[in-house]
Amino acid sequence: MPLYHNDDQAMLKDSVAPFVAEQAPVSHLRKLRDSADATGFSRALWTQFTEMGLPGMLVPEEHGGLGMGHMEAGIVLEEIGRNLTPSPFLSTSVGAVAALARAGGTQAGRWLPAIASGEAIVALAIDEGAKHRPDRIASTATRAGNGFRLDGKKSFVLHGHVADISIVAAKTDGGITLFAVPKDAKGLTADPRRLVDSSLASHVTFDGVEVDADAVIGEVDAGQDILDALLAATRTGAAAEMVGVGQGAMDMTVNYLKERKQFGKLIGEFQGLQHRAAHLYGEMEVARATVMKAQQLLDEGSEGAKLMVSVAKAKAGRAANLAVREGLQMHGGIGMTDEYDIGFYMKRDRALAEYMGDVHYHIDQVARMNGY
Amino acid sequence: MSELDAFRTEVREWLEANCPAEMREPVRDEGDVCWGGRDWVFKNDAQKQWLEACVAKGYTVPDWPKPYGGAGLTPEQTKVLKQEMKRIHARSPLDSFGIWMLGPALLQFGTEEQKVEYLNPIARGEIRWCQGYSEPGSGSDLVSLQTFGEDKGDHWVVNGSKIWTSYADKADWIFCLVRTDKANKYQGITFMLFDMASKGVTTRPILLISGNSPFCETFFDDVEVPKTQFIGEINRGWDVAKYLLGHEREMISGGGAGGDMVSIGGAFAKAFGKNAAGELDDPILRAEMAAFDVDVFAYRAMGERFMDMWKTGRAHPASSNMMKYVGTELNKRRHELVMSGGGSEALEWDSEETKGGARARGWLRTKANSIEGGTSEVMLNVIAKRILDLPGA
Repeated sequence: MPLYHNDDQAMLKDSVAPFVAEQAPVSHLRKLRDSADATGFSRALWTQFTEMGLPGMLVPEEHGGLGMGHMEAGIVLEEIGRNLTPSPFLSTSVGAVAALARAGGTQAGRWLPAIASGEAIVALAIDEGAKHRPDRIASTATRAGNGFRLDGKKSFVLHGHVADISIVAAKTDGGITLFAVPKDAKGLTADPRRLVDSSLASHVTFDGVEVDADAVIGEVDAGQDILDALLAATRTGAAAEMVGVGQGAMDMTVNYLKERKQFGKLIGEFQGLQHRAAHLYGEMEVARATVMKAQQLLDEGSEGAKLMVSVAKAKAGRAANLAVREGLQMHGGIGMTDEYDIGFYMKRDRALAEYMGDVHYHIDQVARMNGY
Repeated sequence: MSELDAFRTEVREWLEANCPAEMREPVRDEGDVCWGGRDWVFKNDAQKQWLEACVAKGYTVPDWPKPYGGAGLTPEQTKVLKQEMKRIHARSPLDSFGIWMLGPALLQFGTEEQKVEYLNPIARGEIRWCQGYSEPGSGSDLVSLQTFGEDKGDHWVVNGSKIWTSYADKADWIFCLVRTDKANKYQGITFMLFDMASKGVTTRPILLISGNSPFCETFFDDVEVPKTQFIGEINRGWDVAKYLLGHEREMISGGGAGGDMVSIGGAFAKAFGKNAAGELDDPILRAEMAAFDVDVFAYRAMGERFMDMWKTGRAHPASSNMMKYVGTELNKRRHELVMSGGGSEALEWDSEETKGGARARGWLRTKANSIEGGTSEVMLNVIAKRILDLPGA
């Protein structure tokens, strides 16, 4: 399969790109922030997403979705990134769908159609500290009555305070088990925190939360494989979104180089800036190719996907970070003002870079997967 | 089964039957690379047999049309062939500047007669070509070249000198940029072809910091070149040269630097030892190697995407400059890490254990990657101007 978008994918991009740019440009984010929006995204916009069938892109057709792949979801995420659009798409339509579709069973039958129809928002409760360490999950689920009792603390749970369910990873006797925990469960507290990029992520406490046995996603103790599917999808999605963030910042910056005059010249005439912009272009192109490769391998169900997902998260992280740093510097003083948009890109990049493992985490993973 | 799957099966069977076991071993030294040419001495029967099998099938130049010695494969089929060769670690049957550079220029600009006359011997490995571009006074500013061909009616008389001519001392013919109009900088250069055995051609190898001499200075002293031996139009050789430089950058970026790189940390873990946690026993070097590996795997994906797009006309025409820049800088970084990983052993210059200082010499050789075929700085200039459309670039 060639590593570029086929005709159907190009058509998808042609319809999604103008839609996101018109309905949810950076001014949309600014408006939500300035109104101290308590949801973290616009439900009206999510309804529009639903009208286009986007929330169920990855949902298998038998559950009411479009049965598309990560390459297609990546097209949407790149536009979300380019426009800094606040949206539950990544956690709900990518991460949660990957987990539920992998697990099958009761929870998949219940929530996949609800995601596809735009009714359900799902949060991913994985992290437990300031850094992403999914191999050291300490939250516990102990058998109680007909079901389980959950105890522990989760952090960096995007949309955790509004999601209909959270997918929670917890330790059980013989391994990891994933649970679908409804938001009104007794003993569950979601404490939303405003992050640097104006998004809302919750600290979620599980204090003896009781759930039925059928809240288990997949099988008891066999959650690692489902968690891996969730992580691979979400990391790849975050990487695609970062490519959008980086590209948006780069385009803005290159345009600025063609408009801003100093010393009687357009600053884009200075070789000192030209070479840095050209270097950035190369890094962004490599990041884009890498993310596409990870998407392709995931869609093929290839064994090589895991390595490439970490490579993609790390590479997109590096490239987008360079794009926003160079963007801010090349804009000069105006880039430091809240009024100008480039700072929003820097903030969003920082939050996405941390989500589901930062550059350092994934570089370390690449070393491990190569046996050192 | 799709047509492409059927082709894959066919290729797999053909390779199994025709690629000798010795030709599936890694390339160990320069003699393992088959360059062909009038004076070529095969290292062993397997090398000869492998070349002949590929020549008969058109697989030395699989995507060239059949009348010119190729197999007439589509880009998709060519990719399958390369994948299948890679799968069994098959060596390239024939490496040559004729395949990588002159061939594409002839296919684009040559007359039908020229294509038949020059491409077939390239495909068969009979004529080895070298490239006469740079001059002592014309490096990055190539178009300032001074080697001059004086018009003598039915022939030119060429005088001047070229530098950095790869393997000029081993080549049979040269494709050479020669000024034919001193008044017109860009439209005063002709892309000539001539025999290195012509009277008045001499070569002198240049000793490099690596201690090796892959490049030569080449001198032309009243060399007569028939006025039929040029590509494109007289005085319009710069168009051909520019086209060809794109291919050179494609070659350097696609195959030469990074395309086939494997995990550097993985390789060193075997040689270096690991700590109790199973990690490379030097945490900072491990981190640098892992960060480098990320860039290697990322660049491999870029190489795949670039080739997929390039072969189907989807790539930006200047994107080979980006590939060349990223790939060569990556390769230089790799060799810095190879030296760090190798420690004092890697410093040895001529010991038998180090295969004659292979690491040290290889490391020094890579420093030219970002100079030859257009410096990194020139690549960045081109990206700024042609891709980013920055002003005044």
